[in-house]
Amino acid sequence: MEGRAVSDVAQDFAAQPAAAPGPGAKAEVWLWIAQRASAALLALCVLVHLATIIYAVRHGLSGAAILERTRGNAAGLVFYVVYVLAIAVHAPIGLRSLAQEWLGWRGASLNWLVAAIAAALFVFGLRAAWAVFA
Amino acid sequence: MKNDYRARNHPAWWAFLVHRLSGLALSVFLPFHFWALGQALQGEARLDSLLRWTEQPLVKFAEVMLVLLLAAHLSGGLRLLALEFLPWRDWQKSLLAWAAGAALAAGLAFALLL
Amino acid sequence: MLKVSVWRGGASGGYRVYEVPRRESQSVLDVVTYIQRSIDPTLSYRFACRVGMCGACAMTVNGVARWTCRTHVAKVAKGNAIQIAPLANLPVVKDLVTDMRELFDKAARALGRFVPSATRKDGFARVASDSPERAVIDAGIECIGCGVCYASCDVVSWNPDYLGPAALNRAWTLVNDVRDGARRERLAAVAGDAGCHACHTHLSCSERCPKDIAPTASIAGLKRAVALAAWKGEL
Repeated sequence: MEGRAVSDVAQDFAAQPAAAPGPGAKAEVWLWIAQRASAALLALCVLVHLATIIYAVRHGLSGAAILERTRGNAAGLVFYVVYVLAIAVHAPIGLRSLAQEWLGWRGASLNWLVAAIAAALFVFGLRAAWAVFA
Repeated sequence: MKNDYRARNHPAWWAFLVHRLSGLALSVFLPFHFWALGQALQGEARLDSLLRWTEQPLVKFAEVMLVLLLAAHLSGGLRLLALEFLPWRDWQKSLLAWAAGAALAAGLAFALLL
Repeated sequence: MLKVSVWRGGASGGYRVYEVPRRESQSVLDVVTYIQRSIDPTLSYRFACRVGMCGACAMTVNGVARWTCRTHVAKVAKGNAIQIAPLANLPVVKDLVTDMRELFDKAARALGRFVPSATRKDGFARVASDSPERAVIDAGIECIGCGVCYASCDVVSWNPDYLGPAALNRAWTLVNDVRDGARRERLAAVAGDAGCHACHTHLSCSERCPKDIAPTASIAGLKRAVALAAWKGEL
């Protein structure tokens, strides 16, 4: 290798622009923000849910007992709707990372599947919340 | 060259694995959960017969596992939020211990109350 | 006698076993050197300072990335056996030598270089050594680019575009440099799935860093800085 002046090599390095972040980088930042925000919200929801489960197990787990507590319970409905929303955001983003890293699956097709899972969780979750409220 | 289990054999890595696998398991469980609750649309009796099905020991065991998984994912997640948002301190390693303890406690509470 | 299993070949190859006399206070680098000088001169490996300052001797010892000059055989030998392989996550040139270029390319892609905001005509920048930013920089500035963290990171294995702990750690020290003039570009460079957001806090990098740096903490800092910039519409 013929010799090059140190200053020439240094200049080459300095002239290298940082490669522009991928086209999806900004969206990925927002996915991260959504994941953490939904996580914080879910922390509260899950604590309430766990407490409710433990209470329910002690005070009767029959269909009648459960529905007695949830039917017409507007606050409960609001809680479960918020809970379902948070899950519909949180779970698909987590599954997306898993698929990318362990299945090597990347790109638009994965994003579509993940969006579909989010929609399905949202719809069926709302249905479940309504089912015990109505 | 690829890393194997020897490179991964440290507590924080196990915490990651538990967190990811518990999240996956919960995601798989959720559709069933929503379906089961949705059965209430067909009336109280339908929900009741479903709940009687869950009285089986194997199902009860699965329920304990699910509560454990949920508690583990929650406490692991709180640990991650602390690591990512709070100033870096050396006690972050013991966060793992607290998280594991909290998860176990919740699971035990559930199991004992069954 | 030690039974030393050494990787020979390139990306494909195999382990060859050598018998090396066991000595007191022997380091793994001593073992590799003995093999090359006294048994098999065709063995290729890297080293430079051999006293734990340069990081050139980093290799995989019994599955874990370490500086071989700073690793006592007594500490890692399983009975009388050691396995020595090149660093993971990097292309193997020959035997224990890896191609380090992607490590440095990624440092460049993360904008891991200082971008001046003043000229020689401006006065000296005044940065208090006890300022909070300086404390943050101090925690991460000692990186010598040895590649142990990069070799230890599973996200690097799973995500070929991931910039990696060393590049991101360096970017974080520059984000905190009050003299630097490229904050916006740097935050953009480290954002996304190829950047800091791919880190899953495995903490392997922090666990293995021979200089006790915690790249995980630096990456967490980048996550916060990038999220804040995105929120404010500055990304």
